[in-house]
Amino acid sequence: MKQRSLLQRIIGAPYVLWAAIFIVVPLFIVAYYSFTDPNGAPTLANIKNLGEYGPIFRDSILYSLAATVISLVLAYPFAYVMSRKREKTQQIMMVLVMLPMWMSLLILTYSWMNILERNGIINTLLSKIGAGPLTLIGTPGAVIFGMVYNYIPYMILPIYSVMAKIEPSVLEAAEDLGSGGLSKLYRVILPLSMPGVVSGITMVFVPSVSTFYISQKLGDGKILLVGDIIERQIQAQNNYNMGAALSLVLMVIIVLSMALMKLFAGDTDENLYV
Amino acid sequence: MNEKNIIELKNITVRFDGETILDNLNLSIRDGEFVTLLGSSGCGKTTTLRIIAGFLEPDEGEVFFGDKNMNGVPAHKREVNTIFQRYALFPHYNVFDNVAYGLKVRHLPKAEIEERVRDMLRLVNLEGFAKRPVSKLSGGQQQRVAIARALVLKPKVLLLDEPLSALDAKLRKDMQVELRNIQQATGITFVFVTHDQEEALSMSDTVVVMNEGRVQQIGSPVDIYNEPENAFVADFIGESNILDGVMKADYKASFSGKTFQCVDSGFAPGEAVDIVVRPEDVDIVKPEDGMLRGIVTSVTFLGVHYEIIVDIGGFKWMIQTTDYAAVGDTVGLSIDPDAIHVMKKSKYSGLYGDYSTFSDEMEEMNQMSEELAEELSEELSDSGDKEE
Repeated sequence: MKQRSLLQRIIGAPYVLWAAIFIVVPLFIVAYYSFTDPNGAPTLANIKNLGEYGPIFRDSILYSLAATVISLVLAYPFAYVMSRKREKTQQIMMVLVMLPMWMSLLILTYSWMNILERNGIINTLLSKIGAGPLTLIGTPGAVIFGMVYNYIPYMILPIYSVMAKIEPSVLEAAEDLGSGGLSKLYRVILPLSMPGVVSGITMVFVPSVSTFYISQKLGDGKILLVGDIIERQIQAQNNYNMGAALSLVLMVIIVLSMALMKLFAGDTDENLYV
Repeated sequence: MNEKNIIELKNITVRFDGETILDNLNLSIRDGEFVTLLGSSGCGKTTTLRIIAGFLEPDEGEVFFGDKNMNGVPAHKREVNTIFQRYALFPHYNVFDNVAYGLKVRHLPKAEIEERVRDMLRLVNLEGFAKRPVSKLSGGQQQRVAIARALVLKPKVLLLDEPLSALDAKLRKDMQVELRNIQQATGITFVFVTHDQEEALSMSDTVVVMNEGRVQQIGSPVDIYNEPENAFVADFIGESNILDGVMKADYKASFSGKTFQCVDSGFAPGEAVDIVVRPEDVDIVKPEDGMLRGIVTSVTFLGVHYEIIVDIGGFKWMIQTTDYAAVGDTVGLSIDPDAIHVMKKSKYSGLYGDYSTFSDEMEEMNQMSEELAEELSEELSDSGDKEE
């Protein structure tokens, strides 16, 4: 570690202060609430009660994993194609990817609700051709779709940015030495883009596993995820302690899965976004 | 080297964005030859290489390896390997794995891969570097890895795309010698692309001079230098005084207002030609002994020789000589018959002037500043008119 000068310390101070007040202190507050009852007396009851939410945790993780895998499968080839296009085309594609991010997630999700509803656009069209209304909203598929739709840009961007750095001549060298498409993919493109994949997975999995809005609206109240029950504990039942305990566990799950990812990806130095 | 053609390009045309990059190019490369494609940037030399490698399909024309038509065969199925300009090593592999890449793709037994990579690393003087990440290597070492990575596959043809351009001058010389030695030791056909004429002359069996997507001349380095086919080749390879001339008869060329004995024949009597005289082939003599007479306008000492510019009737000759002459001296020029090379007129005739300037860029700048000065003086006189 380099010795930092006084100037660097002074410039850095506001950020340290910011991080302390808005990140470190709240974390301690969450931990404090988790291990106390509403009167402030220490207790392990919240943690013990977590057991009943096991299936919800399981569902949250499964849904988020599904959303992450689907995002990866869709985003990876897209990012590759994008990175090999001409500069101008790349910029246009980038804007198209970012465009939905300029609108609020709430509005986007609400719109999808309208589209997928029993009397929504899709079902209206389907009944016109006599294909009957389909149950789209309130299914796991709708929730996973919502996650993929909202978070796929966070998969595309980090993968694209590492892919854009792969020299065209390196790919040509792979071909030159005898690699066909598949061999080129797993010997060169995949390993070189791994840091972006790791970032993308983290950036899609983390918001997916903690979402409550998407599951609420597109799950039509039938699908509960961890985010929903945390919200319910805090908003409806005013039970900050249980909410905090749930949040704490969720955080531990996220940190563990990130650690697992890094372990899986090997060299963490190159993970630019994590 | 034998007479069999290992690669043949027939009537190759490549267009890109409406621009013709290669214009009906024909090229035969013999087995075991060291061929250099020489030209300035944009002449189509790298495009030609990429067509052989299979990275690019020509819009028209055919590519043959031996008797086999290779059109449509992708790069990974061609038995040629490429050394890329910036090496294009795999940054996520160490030296060993870079060199082993092609062998692993071919699923050779592990023991064989080990042995061939070790042998190859020994050949390029990189023993003991096997486990080094390629990012920790110097330019010259990376270059050797790239060479080893290609040669370990024992290709029939090795394509080299300006492989030495990123190296400093001295290392470059060493690598030139080394590449030449490797080529001779292995007998692999080398197709080498460079813009450096000295490199081309010193390394190759055959030089292909290219410009504007066309082959200007194919020949041995000596032929290319001594018998340039047109004004472009004469100007591009080495220094040349290129003059307008007329063939009076066989062995009689007339230029600069005099008729000289020369060794060329076969031109129509009175045919207009371009005359090339290399600066080192001109001797400075006493004015009264010279075939031509002129005034020295500049003298530059270059160590091995002086570079002397002599004005003869408005044409600035360059002369390289070990004899000193002072600026302002009147000197005589003596030229041996075999130093006079006669070329047919071509589209390049008249494009290459005398040695008033050395580079085209300077010439353009001079022209621009002249035009600017004209404009300025016009403007000044205009504003003067208005005041009246």
